[in-house]
Amino acid sequence: MIYLDSAATSFLKPPQVAEAVCQSFGHIGNAGRGAHAPTLNASRLLYSTREKLAQLFHAEQPACVAFASNATQALNTAINGLIGPDDHVITTVCEHNSVLRPLFRKEQEGTQLSIVPADEEGKIHPSQLKACIRKNTRAVVMHHASNVTGNVTDLAKIAAIAHDTGALLIVDAAQTAGSIPIDVQTMGIDVLCFTGHKGLLGPQGTGGICVRKGLHIPPFLVGGSGVHSFDREHPSDMPTVLEAGTANGHGIAGLEAALDFLLETGVETMHQRETKLMHRFVQGIRDIDTITVYGDMDAAVRAPIVTLNIGNADAAEVSDILWEDYEICVRAGAHCAPLMHRHFGTEQQGAVRFSFSYWNTEEEIDRAVQAVREIAADYEETIHA
Amino acid sequence: MREKKDYMVLTFHTTTEAMEMEKKCGERHIPGRLIPVPRAITAGCGLAWRIAQAEYESHRAAIDALGISFQQAVALKL
Repeated sequence: MIYLDSAATSFLKPPQVAEAVCQSFGHIGNAGRGAHAPTLNASRLLYSTREKLAQLFHAEQPACVAFASNATQALNTAINGLIGPDDHVITTVCEHNSVLRPLFRKEQEGTQLSIVPADEEGKIHPSQLKACIRKNTRAVVMHHASNVTGNVTDLAKIAAIAHDTGALLIVDAAQTAGSIPIDVQTMGIDVLCFTGHKGLLGPQGTGGICVRKGLHIPPFLVGGSGVHSFDREHPSDMPTVLEAGTANGHGIAGLEAALDFLLETGVETMHQRETKLMHRFVQGIRDIDTITVYGDMDAAVRAPIVTLNIGNADAAEVSDILWEDYEICVRAGAHCAPLMHRHFGTEQQGAVRFSFSYWNTEEEIDRAVQAVREIAADYEETIHA
Repeated sequence: MREKKDYMVLTFHTTTEAMEMEKKCGERHIPGRLIPVPRAITAGCGLAWRIAQAEYESHRAAIDALGISFQQAVALKL
């Protein structure tokens, strides 16, 4: 089997991630719920993982990082907590539904929404975003990298535009956390929403939100906090304010092991390896006449994603052939990014997404190239028959 | 029950600060340990740092230099 679906989840992980999850079952209690050894072990685990996430993203301090079960939960927390019915918000056509649906729900409550268009390669131009700014713009909510095209947006430029008018920059880093270096302070990111199971190589059900020091996000969820139990309101200090209920301690044990690997290897090293594999694949398929590739493949920085179609062949069928005949795992369909597909005119056809991992080999890439070439040749024979 | 001794008990705004305290004290060889917050300070739950009164006095400067904003510092017989 060749796994080329790492943008969906990091199926290929360092083995110590699973080992850490297993070991945690004999080691941790419920974090923050007492002072005996197992509960303190859990609290220590959460704290050390928080420290490593703060280090990875260059947050001001570990308390700026709150755990969440995925990027979607983090984005819902940020959008629901920070955006009101009288506010204006800017987003883009490139977004995943984890951004769009919370914003569309806000729109139902009165929030005004501007959606920045993309160019023919699916890129967002800061000047077009700037033109959308209004007096009551509360936030720009957008991706770091598109999960369809792999295009990366220059967030420092977007942050400058947003901050000029007092607006916040809320970022969906689902496709870049762990894959592309992120420095929330130099990039001007007010709220970074990330998942633990993609580029961070951790277990599913982990993730979090990194909040600029001093920015208060009213919680989406309230409940058990382990402190101030007789207060009617949930504690307001970070990270407790955004961590109601028992944390996913066993998942976080795996996430910490993954972070140890990432910090030791270096995100830049991971990025270079994945980029090299992605370019090898692109070079192998680029000359095929019937193939359309979506995104700017020549950009200096990209997420390791190549999304394509073969003629007007159904993307679902192409992905099924890749699995059935070649044992290659890819993602077909709309990738939960409806406006991006409308932009490319692929609402009906969908698109086939190949996404690459540090652990893929050159041989695997070459076999995938060969598979695509054979499927494209079959397609040409069919339409000319 | 245990024999009562004089302690200084430091409480925190969050569990994260409590864990920061434990880590920093370990690194700096400041004695003490995390305990459940005694009911004499507040009812409910949460963690506090318990340090013998005499050791608190001798490590006071190092504790102040940790940069942790304690919610309370209460002298107790525990």
